[in-house]
Amino acid sequence: MATTSIKTASNNHNWFKKTIRKIPPVYYFLVIVFVLFAILDQLFADGQMVSNPNIMMNIIIRSVALGIVAIGQTFVMIGASIDLSVTYVISITSVMSSYIMQGDPTKVPMAVIVVFILGAVVGLVNGLIITKLHVNSFIATLGTSLILKGMINASFANFAGEIPRSFELLGYGKIGPIPISILLLIALVAVGSFILERTKFGSHLYGVGGNMEVARLSGLRTDRVLIIAHILCSITAVLTGLFVVSRIRAGAPWIGPDGVYDLESIAATVIGGTALSGGRGDVWGTLAGVLIFGVLDTAFNQLGVNPYLKNILRGAIVVLAVASYTVRSKKDAS
Amino acid sequence: MTKKEKNLNTNNKTFFIRVLQSLKRISPVYLIFVVIYAIVGYLNPNYRTFDGIFQFLRRSSPTVILAIGQMFVLVTGGFDLSVGSLISLVLFGSSILLGNDPANLGKTLAIIMGIGVLVGLINGSAVSYLKVPSFITTLGMLLLVKGAALYWVGGAPKGYFTENFRMFGRGYIENLPIVGRFPISLIVMLVIAIISYIIFHKTNFGKSVLAIGDNVRTSRLSGVNVRLVRLMTYVISSAFAVVSGVLIGGFGGISQTAGTGAEMQAISAAVLGGTALTGGKGSIPDTIFGALTLEAMFNLLNLLGLPKPYRDAIQGIIIVGAVAYGALSRRKDR
Repeated sequence: MATTSIKTASNNHNWFKKTIRKIPPVYYFLVIVFVLFAILDQLFADGQMVSNPNIMMNIIIRSVALGIVAIGQTFVMIGASIDLSVTYVISITSVMSSYIMQGDPTKVPMAVIVVFILGAVVGLVNGLIITKLHVNSFIATLGTSLILKGMINASFANFAGEIPRSFELLGYGKIGPIPISILLLIALVAVGSFILERTKFGSHLYGVGGNMEVARLSGLRTDRVLIIAHILCSITAVLTGLFVVSRIRAGAPWIGPDGVYDLESIAATVIGGTALSGGRGDVWGTLAGVLIFGVLDTAFNQLGVNPYLKNILRGAIVVLAVASYTVRSKKDAS
Repeated sequence: MTKKEKNLNTNNKTFFIRVLQSLKRISPVYLIFVVIYAIVGYLNPNYRTFDGIFQFLRRSSPTVILAIGQMFVLVTGGFDLSVGSLISLVLFGSSILLGNDPANLGKTLAIIMGIGVLVGLINGSAVSYLKVPSFITTLGMLLLVKGAALYWVGGAPKGYFTENFRMFGRGYIENLPIVGRFPISLIVMLVIAIISYIIFHKTNFGKSVLAIGDNVRTSRLSGVNVRLVRLMTYVISSAFAVVSGVLIGGFGGISQTAGTGAEMQAISAAVLGGTALTGGKGSIPDTIFGALTLEAMFNLLNLLGLPKPYRDAIQGIIIVGAVAYGALSRRKDR
């Protein structure tokens, strides 16, 4: 009797230790950044970052848009690939969906289906160019990004259409006290984590990213794995686009580039511990990386930083954050 | 075919085949350029006159200079995506530094060149010493430099350029025999082209740049200071971007969007000129004609009445197409 209780106690202890050890180190960094800016906020602004729950909530809501697409980016980066076209997939989604909806609730399903198909096609094309034409992923997605940019700017110059009231639920709705958007983000992170850790596809993706040649020789269909990762990434970009358009009520071509989703999703993923060379990483880490950007964004607003100065800081932070990971690597960058 | 037979074949090669083979080594970009320019000249007789040709060359000179600078970075296997923002910074900054007083020209040029070199040094150090991949570094710098440009002018560019500043871009040397008048920007372009040709094709530095792009390890083992050489290529790219920006200011004047997207034009031009995006291959004359071909394409799009955004799409197709062509033909060689 006594021995069993001791056993469970030690088991509990181990379980606790294991969970603690499972927390990616980036979360400690997140806490440090938050505390640092909360102190700055107390000293130089009204100090509402800690006292006002709305601002806390705001940090998270701001992180939803970046967070969703960063999950997809994590997938392709684990596969040692990269996706720079997410920016314009987000733009196209926002414009196309609001253009099709035209404020009519009955057209919502149609619009959603169209943009998901569009996103999947972009992902498929990206994947095919990378795997079948053997183009470096960075160049391939830069190319598709330019093509999308040209097409969208040739067709739309300004806000196009609008979304119906019912669709605003995605951006503004709440279940009880919790915004739907936050639940969506958490659900997607959980699904992403499940796919990576518990499914065959997930372990294949790590294999492909870790060593493509070994993965191929051990019988994996490496091309197919990468193509699926790219399709998933584009679909997360579509989800981000839908979320953003539901927040601002109409789509415009500059929504994607204005949010710098390409660079920031990559930076958040790297900060979250995904290796730039692939094969390592997880979506929980990425979530922390995204929240760090959310904290910075909110803190800059609180402190009244000039919006242009904010961009200067963002650029510097991205480079320095990535540098803190790369500077120790033995391999030269190019 | 056995080795013996192969040898026999090469010995029996006729003069005609040899000429054909040496022709094969000439980049196809020259043929593409001639064809496109011929179509442009056919559609618009203006392009057939001396003055029309000079106009075309004058308008192309910023792209040519930018492409040459970009090529130095591309050959090492990197990218410089910050040049577009740097052009914005040059234009916005000059409008303030000039202060509508022609006497400030010397000071202005010195300061903006200093800024350009500084940006290049930051890019190069981050890539060389912090080992941040160049596309992350220069995308971050794109954000940072653009933010700095807007911060400097407080949101929108003010003032105008003095005549002596605009002279570089739109001035002519008048009353010349035969050709009539000769654009100053074309002289700038030729000087830059000749200097870069000597640097890239005739000096040890140029050979080191090529060697790094081909194989970092072997070039380091053979005594190349990889980090310093790489750093220098980013400084060259930034410095040329400054020159290009001054020329653009000469004929375009100042606008909010000046410089946006210039980095993609530079990359497309270099790729059209046969520069390998994986590094290790490039040529100054080919790159110059790559830039001229791109500009001729843009002129053609204009003449055909297609909206400007399609330029982006064309660039995307060029980049992906050229890289895929290179990758596939290399695989065939194996």
